[in-house]
Amino acid sequence: MADVLVVLALMFVAAAATAAVLNRDPARQAVVLSLLGLGLAVAFTVLQAPDVGLSQLGVGSALTPLMILLTVRKVRKGKGRGRE
Amino acid sequence: MSRRVRMGVLAAGLLATAALFVTAFLDMPHFGGAWHPYGDRAVQASVNRRTANTVSAVNFDQRGFDTLGEESILFASVLGTVVLLRQARDERTRAPRPGPVPAALRRYGLVALPATLLIGLYVIAHGQLSPGGGFQGGVVVATALHLLYIAVDYPALERIRPLGLYEVGDAVGEAAYVVLGVAGLLAGSAYLANVLPFGTFNTLSSGGTVPLLNAAVGLEVASAVVVLLARFLVQALEIEGGDGGKEQAA
Amino acid sequence: MSVFPYAVAGWIFLVGVYGLATSRNLVHAVGCLSVAQSATYVLLLAVGYRRGGTAPVFSDTPTTASVVDPVVQALALTDVVVGATVTALLLALVVQTAKRHGTTDPDELHELKG
Repeated sequence: MADVLVVLALMFVAAAATAAVLNRDPARQAVVLSLLGLGLAVAFTVLQAPDVGLSQLGVGSALTPLMILLTVRKVRKGKGRGRE
Repeated sequence: MSRRVRMGVLAAGLLATAALFVTAFLDMPHFGGAWHPYGDRAVQASVNRRTANTVSAVNFDQRGFDTLGEESILFASVLGTVVLLRQARDERTRAPRPGPVPAALRRYGLVALPATLLIGLYVIAHGQLSPGGGFQGGVVVATALHLLYIAVDYPALERIRPLGLYEVGDAVGEAAYVVLGVAGLLAGSAYLANVLPFGTFNTLSSGGTVPLLNAAVGLEVASAVVVLLARFLVQALEIEGGDGGKEQAA
Repeated sequence: MSVFPYAVAGWIFLVGVYGLATSRNLVHAVGCLSVAQSATYVLLLAVGYRRGGTAPVFSDTPTTASVVDPVVQALALTDVVVGATVTALLLALVVQTAKRHGTTDPDELHELKG
């Protein structure tokens, strides 16, 4: 039973990682990355690593995507000005 | 190098790495096996030092010096980010206009904020007992504060976030870890040795120096994440202009 | 099953490197790097897993219980947080690049150099 959960969680992680790479738009990628972070947190918990899961949950699903989104906003704002 | 050649090189590299991976994985101890020599010894050492969360014992006791290295990487990259994202001379700031926030979101945010903050502090304080510790709790505390940005607006976040204080907090956390290590030397043992009484197993004051080092890391991580997000927020919301290099080139 | 988790870790790493090498946007490249980085966590935790073991936390289990390997968890745990701050540093470099050169496409940056 535990093995089934591990396989399911890891398959989700592999799919999310692939989707995150294939999404070429960074804003969309940030959303997929936050899904990947959530999936990783679940996978780590199933692998009996709640410590790592907890830190992955905070970092992977909130912090990293937020920083990417803010960077995208800054970069786009700069570009918009450049074209004027 | 043309795009085609580059893709060829990449494909060759990826395939070769994949082949190496397959060879290595087939020779590794199988997944889920019972043979964990390091793990068994780490668990034994952790129980002897009366630290219920063995992961914290590994991080802050057995591998304390390594964690100091990790912490320094964190400190250095925060320093680098602060320097890179400072306001340049040719840039000006503009106060961001507050947008309307739905009442339900505001209520939810204001309820969730103290709860999340409390959970973060709990996670830091109980690092030696239950899953958690300075690294995880620090991130939770810092992101909890940013619920204020989502629920109210950016100026409200700025009011509860005296940035200078958090920058000091980051440095104090790092310094406290180094100084706690010196305490081991002064007690006649090694650097970062666990010299305090180990206490009673499974109580808040168990594990010797583990809870103190945990608190130092918690302070550093929480301050670091607040400072990082603040720099990115200021760049994205406030700072305008400043393509000085480009204008010169044109 | 016995090597499946390792294979997943290998796949995540390779797909991350592929994205990193073919990326046309530096922000996207940083995202791909964080994908490749997460492969190491999956590999470490897969190595440390013990079938039937519980989490290596003894606050509510007897100290004789069979647990998974805490050493690899400690390695992964610190790197998750430290890795995020390094990602922040890389994103700050991207912001500076965009400011100074007006583009985040690595190929255009390459042309600018000449």
